[in-house]
Amino acid sequence: MTAPGVEDGIRTERAVAERRLHPVTPFRRAWAPVAVLAGWAMHDPNQAQEQLTKLTTAWLLTGLAVLVPAAALYGFLSWWFTHFSVTDSELRIRTGLLFRRTAHIRLERIQAIDVTRPLLARVAGVAKLRIDVVGADKKDELAFLGEGEARALRAELLARAAGFAPETAHEVGEAPAHELLRLPARDLAVSLVLTGATWGSLVAALVVPPVLWLATHSVWTVLATGLPLLGAAGASSVGRFVAEYDWTVAESPDGLRIDHGLLDRAHETVPPGRVQTVRIVEPLLWRRRGWVRVELDVAGSSNSVLVPVAPRAAAESVIARVLPGVAVPRSAERPPRRAWRCLPVWWRGHGIAVTDTVFAARHGLLRRSLSLVPHAKVQSVRLTQGPWERLWRLANVHVDTGANRTVTARLRDAGEAARLLHAQAERSRTGRRAAPPDRWMT
Amino acid sequence: METGSPREAGAAGTAEGTEGTAGAGPVWTGLPPGLLRMRRLLLSVWLGLVALAAGLLPGLLAGPPWAAFALLPLALWAWGWVMLGRNWRSWRYAERADDLLISRGVLWREETVVPYGRMQLVEVTSGPVERHFGLASVQLHTAAAATDATIPGLDPAEAERLRDRLTELGEARSAGL
Repeated sequence: MTAPGVEDGIRTERAVAERRLHPVTPFRRAWAPVAVLAGWAMHDPNQAQEQLTKLTTAWLLTGLAVLVPAAALYGFLSWWFTHFSVTDSELRIRTGLLFRRTAHIRLERIQAIDVTRPLLARVAGVAKLRIDVVGADKKDELAFLGEGEARALRAELLARAAGFAPETAHEVGEAPAHELLRLPARDLAVSLVLTGATWGSLVAALVVPPVLWLATHSVWTVLATGLPLLGAAGASSVGRFVAEYDWTVAESPDGLRIDHGLLDRAHETVPPGRVQTVRIVEPLLWRRRGWVRVELDVAGSSNSVLVPVAPRAAAESVIARVLPGVAVPRSAERPPRRAWRCLPVWWRGHGIAVTDTVFAARHGLLRRSLSLVPHAKVQSVRLTQGPWERLWRLANVHVDTGANRTVTARLRDAGEAARLLHAQAERSRTGRRAAPPDRWMT
Repeated sequence: METGSPREAGAAGTAEGTEGTAGAGPVWTGLPPGLLRMRRLLLSVWLGLVALAAGLLPGLLAGPPWAAFALLPLALWAWGWVMLGRNWRSWRYAERADDLLISRGVLWREETVVPYGRMQLVEVTSGPVERHFGLASVQLHTAAAATDATIPGLDPAEAERLRDRLTELGEARSAGL
């Protein structure tokens, strides 16, 4: 390796060892021609049947003989031309058969690293590694790597991103994790039973197709509406159970670890200081059990769930680890009484609380939701006021964060809102000083 | 009622700040009159054409009394003339030590505060019509897409000065995500 002080641009290319993905990668796209045919058959069933009857076995075989090698060749070539390498400060991905594409991902900008293992990939012993950076697209994932290799690569990327010296980054290995919360399967099942959306989609799937059958007597209409409804019902009940099964939240010096999944295992690592907002959602039917769901926003990351269901105390202790030094505000200040003229009944659900570390806004009467934004993560603050709100001397304050989420404190007293606007901007500026650096181990 | 102060402040019409009421408050800067001129001219041209069409077509086809339809666009023009003036007067911005304030809107008021350290990108844009009138707009981007901080209709020199100053301040206070 080169001396640590040398700039990236000057370093010679030979110092960087390029690697290829796992050899099973070409097979991931093997089903593509089949999927195209199936899609065409679904789209236009009558014509597909007509065409199929015309086809002879010989034609089918020739078709297969052309399509399958072509797909295999494409898969092989795209694998052959995909390389990746890890330098001191970047992950470089070189790919593309006809259109070359090189992505250099700066390691200190990493927002999260996901290692996912879909069911088939688990059978083959491979995993997919995805790096979340702000503004990156889905192409920047490494699929597939050997399982051990993926784990080693993740540890190496995190060690380098944390600011360990490049010579030792290899040996640092995986940081020890300390389990914060593990979700029992029974709790997850009960929480899904107590969710309105599960029942809504199930009822829709059971009621709509018979009604349509009575109304139209057309098999295709019933199938065309019934199948998506059934799919939605399955996704919101069984699908969620399978995806959120064995949800484990752990903490390590590398940040937050989230593991979940029954068939497809997913593993996400969020380095310290990457969480932009946290939401505590409390559906109506969970209130008696004192359960909450915790969601989080990380810029550039697709996962938004931190804890699918947990008792409030456990959830708050997890939040205290995710946002260090943050206590979830106990009470929120309601808008002034005259706010009912702008928002009848529901005005009571709104409220804000501002502490030294977070800006918290609550909304919802039946399904309560409390959003927390650390002051250090506030990008801009806005105050808006419509004509009707001005008549009643009310205004809204919006707090924008980097994960494209805006937290709004609605219907505050106009004078209070104006003070809040400036105080929040000030806190946003000063809050950053206490925040950890991007390279969290330096 | 609260829009009263910017109206008087902006009415002086110069690019430089004309406020100095309390001393402690931010020094607001209004927009130069060029933007108002451009918008009023565009309004006149378009509604003039519409009025012409609305007057001539029914007037020729159905008889002269029907030409009164032209009054409709004319009324719209008068209303738009006043509205554009009010909207233009409501726009103002203030450069403070650590953040930029932008305030705008008459009925739907909006005030934005962007700390300099959060700026990711400062953009100066100028379309063909704007260029003809010697105008440019400055747009600030932060990591949040919801941040809507645009100052339209600035003098190009002022826009460039603002861009350079904001970039400089942003670099000095850079905070990122």
